[in-house]
Amino acid sequence: MSQSLIDLVNISKSFDGELVLDDLNLSVKENEFVTLLGPSGCGKTTTLRIIGGFEKADTGKVIFEGQDISLLPPNKRQLNTVFQKYALFPHMNIAENIAFGLKIKNKSKSYIQDKIKYALKLVNLDGFENRTVDSLSGGQQQRIAIARAIVNEPRVLLLDEPLGALDLKLRQDMQYELIRMKKELGITFIYVTHDQEEALTMSDTIVVMNQGYIQQMGTPEQIYNEPENAFVADFIGESNILHGTMIRDELVEIFGAKFACVDRGFGTNTPVDVVIRPEDIDLVAPEDGTLVGTCTHLIFKGVHYEMEVTTPDGFEWLVHSTDMCPVGKKVGIHVDPFDIQIMNKPASEDEEVAAYDE
Amino acid sequence: MSKKLLSGPYIVWMIGFIIIPLVLIAVYGLTDKNGAVTLANVLAISTPEHSKALWLSLKLSFVSTVICLLLAYPLAMILRKRNIGKGSFVVFIFILPMWMNFLLRTLAWQSLLEKNGVINGILTFLHLPTQPLINTSGAIVLGMVYNFLPFMVLPIYNVLCKIDDSIINAAQDLGANFWQTLLLVWIPLSVPGIISGITMVFVPALTTFVISNLLGGSKILLIGNVIEQEFTKGSNWHLGSGLSLVLMVFILFSMALIAKYDKNGEGSAF
Repeated sequence: MSQSLIDLVNISKSFDGELVLDDLNLSVKENEFVTLLGPSGCGKTTTLRIIGGFEKADTGKVIFEGQDISLLPPNKRQLNTVFQKYALFPHMNIAENIAFGLKIKNKSKSYIQDKIKYALKLVNLDGFENRTVDSLSGGQQQRIAIARAIVNEPRVLLLDEPLGALDLKLRQDMQYELIRMKKELGITFIYVTHDQEEALTMSDTIVVMNQGYIQQMGTPEQIYNEPENAFVADFIGESNILHGTMIRDELVEIFGAKFACVDRGFGTNTPVDVVIRPEDIDLVAPEDGTLVGTCTHLIFKGVHYEMEVTTPDGFEWLVHSTDMCPVGKKVGIHVDPFDIQIMNKPASEDEEVAAYDE
Repeated sequence: MSKKLLSGPYIVWMIGFIIIPLVLIAVYGLTDKNGAVTLANVLAISTPEHSKALWLSLKLSFVSTVICLLLAYPLAMILRKRNIGKGSFVVFIFILPMWMNFLLRTLAWQSLLEKNGVINGILTFLHLPTQPLINTSGAIVLGMVYNFLPFMVLPIYNVLCKIDDSIINAAQDLGANFWQTLLLVWIPLSVPGIISGITMVFVPALTTFVISNLLGGSKILLIGNVIEQEFTKGSNWHLGSGLSLVLMVFILFSMALIAKYDKNGEGSAF
């Protein structure tokens, strides 16, 4: 516990009687890039606003370096926020925007000048001091918003979908920029997004949230390769989620066919959810496959082909492969044991969170 | 062509009821009874009687405007804080008195403030000394504030509603407390609303003669009363028009101020 910078303890929050966060616990370490990932309405932004002090939790505590800061207003917290809508002050020029926090803290003129220069350099916008907010593009405004936050030397930078309003190319550029800034500044980033690719690219730790619950917490590799439930598997990347029966350790039955896997400890003859990523399915000759199906759909995606293989039970397997299989051809499905991910079925309705719309 | 035709009625209206009266006032104001051109009617503002009335008008309008601003700004902030559904109901309640006749509302104040009026009646009932309320500068200021307050609240409320919450959050996030946020963000961003609110209160307050007639009696003469009397009692239309022209200069001055600050077209009333 001692090495964590921020701890959220038993946080609950509801708006108009609707529960948004339910007994949430989260701890963020110093110098970590943590991403809160989930569909809209999952409570990720509310979590961020509770850390920033813009919302008060109904129950629970926010601990910052061992101090309870639950009741501190935003202006007394050692963190700064970058908002989704940039939120630059339209009546000030760029230099005045960046200087805002420093002027409040009564820093000297020369200190403020140095800081503005440094911050503009960090966000690659040297010489923008006297520009007006209106004259900047969305991407530039967001960089200024970041500059305005970091000149205050916060211990933690909170970012609320900062790239949400930018176009795809700019978003990808900014992802690399953010990783670079994070390295240069050496501070903790808490980042909120609904974009799984963004989360996978930038984070040290991803917290997948849905309906006010944390679904899974882990490194990008863990989240992608070992999703703990069907929601995480479905939300992070594309996947085939199948009903299976764990016959015994390291053997799972899907649609009557037995697949070797590497998972243990699920007991015998237990119903489970099975996740197989589309790129992990090998299409082989029918006689070599564990299951046999017919290719029913084929799309060229650039890097790979996307195919659907329908097995006799009616399930459509999503397959990504650089090798093409023409529609109508019979193929065998083979999956390597370590590419099969076994998950417990949700124990109750409350945990049944796989269904979501996006 | 047909689109131009559609503006016809409006152009006729403008010429008949705005341009011609204005020209008439200018003609009356710049001529004497014999039709000779003179500046005497305009310069008559410098006589002690008239300049005293103008000065009093400026003073009372200024005080009323300041009081309106001090009352309206916090009120507009409170209205904005509520969510839209509730907020609009409160705004509705606030505008409701404006649907009643202006004269009636002022007459109501008259009967409240009179020597044997409601307020003094209550004071007598409580065995407290009665107060001279009517026919004072205070009564006129009260009437002005009461009648013109909505014109200050609405433009400020409108401009405050356009300020995004995230900008306010950003100011707090960067360490600003309530007063710093008010001074550095709220007020600078609401300048257009404040300016148009000030004009919408100051101009009618400066020219009013009804409020001073009803609540000031004949003892307190505002410039509006002086002009009114020239037209109705003195029958000197030339002098009345000349003084009106002087007042118009002050109004034009306020409009120039609006044009300078109101880049986004908030002050739609003038």
